[in-house]
Amino acid sequence: MQGVQEGLNVRKKMILLLAFSSGFLLVILFLSFWLSNDNLRLSSAKNLAPNLEHLFGTDWLGRDMFTRTIKGLRLSLALGAFTSLLSVIIATLMGVCAATFGRTVDAVISWLIDLFIGMPHLVFMVLICFIAGGGVYGIVLGISLTHWTALARLVRSEVLQIKNVEYIQISKSYGKSAWFIARKHILPFIFPQLMIGFLLMFPHVILHEAALTFLGFGLSPQTPAVGIILSEAMSHISTGKWWLVVFPGVLLVGVIKSFDSIGEKLRILMEPSSANE
Amino acid sequence: MTKSIVFRFIRVITLLIGLSILTFSLIHLSPMDPVNAYIGGDSSASPEQIEKFKAYWGVNKSPVEQYFTWAGALLQGNFGTSLLYRSPVLDIIQSRFLTSLALMGVAWVLSGVIGYLLGTVAAMNRGKTIDKIIKWYSYTLVSTPIFWMGLILLIVFAVWLKWFPVGLAVPAGVLESDVRFIDRIHHFVLPVLTLSILGGSNIAMHTREKMIDILNTEFIVFAKARGESSWQIFKNHGVRNSIHPAISLQFAYFGELFGGSMLAEQVFAYPGLGSTLTTAGLNGDLPLMVGIILISSLFVFTGNLIADLLNKIVDPRVKGAM
Repeated sequence: MQGVQEGLNVRKKMILLLAFSSGFLLVILFLSFWLSNDNLRLSSAKNLAPNLEHLFGTDWLGRDMFTRTIKGLRLSLALGAFTSLLSVIIATLMGVCAATFGRTVDAVISWLIDLFIGMPHLVFMVLICFIAGGGVYGIVLGISLTHWTALARLVRSEVLQIKNVEYIQISKSYGKSAWFIARKHILPFIFPQLMIGFLLMFPHVILHEAALTFLGFGLSPQTPAVGIILSEAMSHISTGKWWLVVFPGVLLVGVIKSFDSIGEKLRILMEPSSANE
Repeated sequence: MTKSIVFRFIRVITLLIGLSILTFSLIHLSPMDPVNAYIGGDSSASPEQIEKFKAYWGVNKSPVEQYFTWAGALLQGNFGTSLLYRSPVLDIIQSRFLTSLALMGVAWVLSGVIGYLLGTVAAMNRGKTIDKIIKWYSYTLVSTPIFWMGLILLIVFAVWLKWFPVGLAVPAGVLESDVRFIDRIHHFVLPVLTLSILGGSNIAMHTREKMIDILNTEFIVFAKARGESSWQIFKNHGVRNSIHPAISLQFAYFGELFGGSMLAEQVFAYPGLGSTLTTAGLNGDLPLMVGIILISSLFVFTGNLIADLLNKIVDPRVKGAM
């Protein structure tokens, strides 16, 4: 009996952590809409260290760093959601194709996966950003084209697993089309995997987005993006303005870690093999 | 056995060819005309230079022909001329590659050692406080951007403690020949530290998992029953079983390492391959960019190949199965 009691506790603890992480993200999202853009205007309150009025201090133009950071994180979240969605779509298409269209297609796709896994990601994102001529496009394209591989492999093995299961055979013998089978039988089966893949892709996407904007690709310097904030702060650290660097980074790490733990916890909770622990 | 090695080599070669095709088509698809980009950036280009450039890209031919002229030139070691530095791309890459290699090499070894030790310590003390600390540390560092870590180190060690200079691999205003070795080391420490701290977390997590698997096997239970201390268990059984996956993982890590060094070099103004790529990308220096991309991909694919070979061929258990 005691074992059951403890198991419930672990589960509850996980759900609590999950709620905490999601709550943190929601607060950031809410704040990003609530804080007004006025705080971003230039003001005379320049170079203030963190105080009660300006939680994160102000920069050398008098902009409130808290507002800038939160708005930057909203941009990261939006980009992250869109880009992860794109990657998941690519991964699903590739994975399902590899598993259903025979050996040649499978070989070609696994070769493609090897190609995209093998290449240095950041380097290619820089190339794609450069070729797309800057802007959000380059970032979205660059990141989604390089991040689908691991999930595609997972989808492929999942589909291979259920392709020849009886209920699909029966469905086939009833004359259902391949599209019907894919939609009604295969997609619901792989959906939880896709969901978790989507969530676990988020941290990578946000990290890479921050890295790209930090290097100076993509967005214009006026945009409040975390990478841009940090790269601007870089030229001001020798004068001791540590708050420009520390707080935006801490929040960024917090956001990334929350997504990581949400994805990880959901995976553990939803997977039948570990859900009973 | 030999067949399998040859097969893997062939696969890597096809992947490299695929990569060059991908790079080429990306450039080809872009709305930007390389010739225009070249002339646009610099009005002083003479007609001969433009002709040479056109011949290099083979502008007036079909895309397939263009690819072959370009790839042929690459194979002969002709990577074109950098627009930014006005010298052959290959020369620039050669001069930068060593500085980058030093940075990445030291960081690679250090992060491997640190990660392996942390992972082992965590696994041997599973469930205790130290395990929890290491786990928390690794999970947090996995989600930490490298450039932020670099900035924090810069603030703490260079601005507050003044132990290290802010940026640059050599002191400014000093001739290259006068740079003392100790100065180089001095400017080298922080970037290496940044890369090693972050790189280690990944390998620590994997080693921990692997080590826990090993510690749950029957031969460990038997070793415990024989009265071996935990150090003996580690020395006699743990290392042998866990070092090999750790090393091959570390080889597969080359891609991440290169990306990381790009960011670290940017933060510390370290003149390596990564910061050159960033400059080239920001200034539209296409030949230099493509050159660095191909070279770095070659580097990463080599790492992956080594990891693959280690995984599939060196492991005596797999060897027997083949």
